[in-house]
Amino acid sequence: MVSVERLKDISREIGCGIVASTTAAGSGHPGGSLSIKNVMAVLFFHVMRHDPSKPEWPDRDRFVLSKGHAAPALYSTLALAGYIKREELYTLRKLCSRLQGHPSRHPGMMIEASTGALGNGFSMAVGMALAAKIDSRAYRVYTVLGDGEVQEGIVWEAAMLASYRKLDNLIAVVDRNGLQLDGPVEWILSVEPLAAKWRAFGWHVIEADGESVDALVRAFEAAIKMRGRPKVIIAHTTKGESSSVMSWNRKYHGSVLDREQCMQYMKENGCGGWNCR
Amino acid sequence: MELQVSTRDSYGKALKEIGADSKIVVLDADLSSSTKTSVFAEAYRDRFINVGISEQNLFGIAAGLACSGKTVFASTFAVFVGKAWDILRIIAHDRLNVKVTVSHGGISNGPDGWSHHSIEDIAMMRALPNFTVVVPADSVEAESVVKVAAQNDGPWYIRLSKLEVPTINGIDYRFLPGKGNVLLDGSDVSIIACGAMVHAALGAAEILKGDGVRAMVINMASIKPIDVELVLRAARETGAVVTAEEGSVIGGLGGAVAEATSSYCPVTVERVGINDTFTQSGGRDLYGFYGLTAEGITEACRRVRKR
Ligand SMILES: Cc1ncc(C[n+]2csc(CCOP(=O)(O)OP(=O)(O)O)c2C)c(N)n1
Ligand SMILES: [Mg+2]
Repeated sequence: MVSVERLKDISREIGCGIVASTTAAGSGHPGGSLSIKNVMAVLFFHVMRHDPSKPEWPDRDRFVLSKGHAAPALYSTLALAGYIKREELYTLRKLCSRLQGHPSRHPGMMIEASTGALGNGFSMAVGMALAAKIDSRAYRVYTVLGDGEVQEGIVWEAAMLASYRKLDNLIAVVDRNGLQLDGPVEWILSVEPLAAKWRAFGWHVIEADGESVDALVRAFEAAIKMRGRPKVIIAHTTKGESSSVMSWNRKYHGSVLDREQCMQYMKENGCGGWNCR
Repeated sequence: MELQVSTRDSYGKALKEIGADSKIVVLDADLSSSTKTSVFAEAYRDRFINVGISEQNLFGIAAGLACSGKTVFASTFAVFVGKAWDILRIIAHDRLNVKVTVSHGGISNGPDGWSHHSIEDIAMMRALPNFTVVVPADSVEAESVVKVAAQNDGPWYIRLSKLEVPTINGIDYRFLPGKGNVLLDGSDVSIIACGAMVHAALGAAEILKGDGVRAMVINMASIKPIDVELVLRAARETGAVVTAEEGSVIGGLGGAVAEATSSYCPVTVERVGINDTFTQSGGRDLYGFYGLTAEGITEACRRVRKR
């Protein structure tokens, strides 16, 4: 397996890509992208079975970014994994780019479902897990949701079905970064007790420190072992993690660093070879 | 440079002004800083409810409040009204006093891409009986629409935009449902537009002058009820009509105009809009890419006059 040290380094590079691409785009959602960079590193470089040389391999594990606004985290991960060229990241959100503001289905690029309207991705992930069961295929489905996103009713409709159908090939991650667009989740519409809610819906719940690659590795390994039920990892993270400017700052849900701030970020995070355009 | 303001900006301002009326309740679904209901929220905290990210619930709660005598303004992005379609049908059927006031209409939040662009909303909302459907052209009109809506009982769909546009209307302008406005008289072709396309239509009329063509320009913010009389006058006097809107060419303003003309005064109608396709990410250059510009409307005018 890839060492934890290597995973940490990949996560750091994903952060560089997130900031470089959103600053170049002049818009986007860096805060909620940075909070999942550890999850993305562990998923794509340790947990998931996939092969960049055979992107449409039928038994590849599926990944659905239900919180689609974190697309820069997905695109940066895909660049590091070799599905797209690093240079393409700088076309993010621009006219005639493959890197749409929110993920648009492109199986050859590991983008299994179109997301951006919150809630839908999770339901589609449940559908994919169901398809694997119907076809007796061994692939697993992974999906990442926001902690504000779980306010959408469809999430709970799908969660109910997933446990009733015993979809133990489904592993969800809730990015518990504490913030949504208008402010702290617990002020806007409390989602607590979150773990108890998932349990009541028949899911196996694992809480993990999402800022620790180590803890995430262990959480995913435990989740894979657990049979008979769908599993959810509640990853406790910080929105804007790794940036002194963006950390726990609601402004950076939907706005980006300017060039100077971007260069500062690159310095703070040792982002060699990345540009602030 | 001309001062440019978005229609969503005057929404917050207008809500705050009329907010002293204790019957008014404002709802949002975690987009208050984008839709500008946040301005009302700061002034009238006890009558602002943020329902979280749950659009179906947003309009369900709105319907219940309206059933209980409230005047409800419920806001999210235009594209997300589709998430609550079933509840919107109830609001329409029961003529509930809910003002569905949405921002980021059309492709105005360009870089977010198709998942955040609303191109079919005008057609959808127009198909619901009892809804008044309005797309204001500038901030002055938007402010008036919000105030007039608050005075009128019943369901309204008010589509606002993030795009900053020059102001066309004078400060004393007052919106009237079912009334269009002739901004420029002409006899050779008429351009009937709504929203940001009104400014583009004026630009097209300017370009057409160079061809010796005099275009009539109409701001048809009131898409439903549409000003049938004015549409027919334009058709009769110019014999050729171009519609322009920031949305699909199917079922929106273009559809409404074609319905009116085909019944009473069949003339050739060219519809400028998104040509039955999903739109992609981009900046302001998207408007040029999809022909939603003065130049695009000009071309349509030249085409319609040749046919
Ligand atoms: C259905 C829907 N409603 C509203 C939005 C606008 N929106 C984008 S991100 C966001 C907040 C998301 O908060 P959270 O799920 O906590 O994401 P994170 O903090 O991880 O960025 C909102 C309301 C959307 N994309 N989809
Ligand atoms: Mg969050």
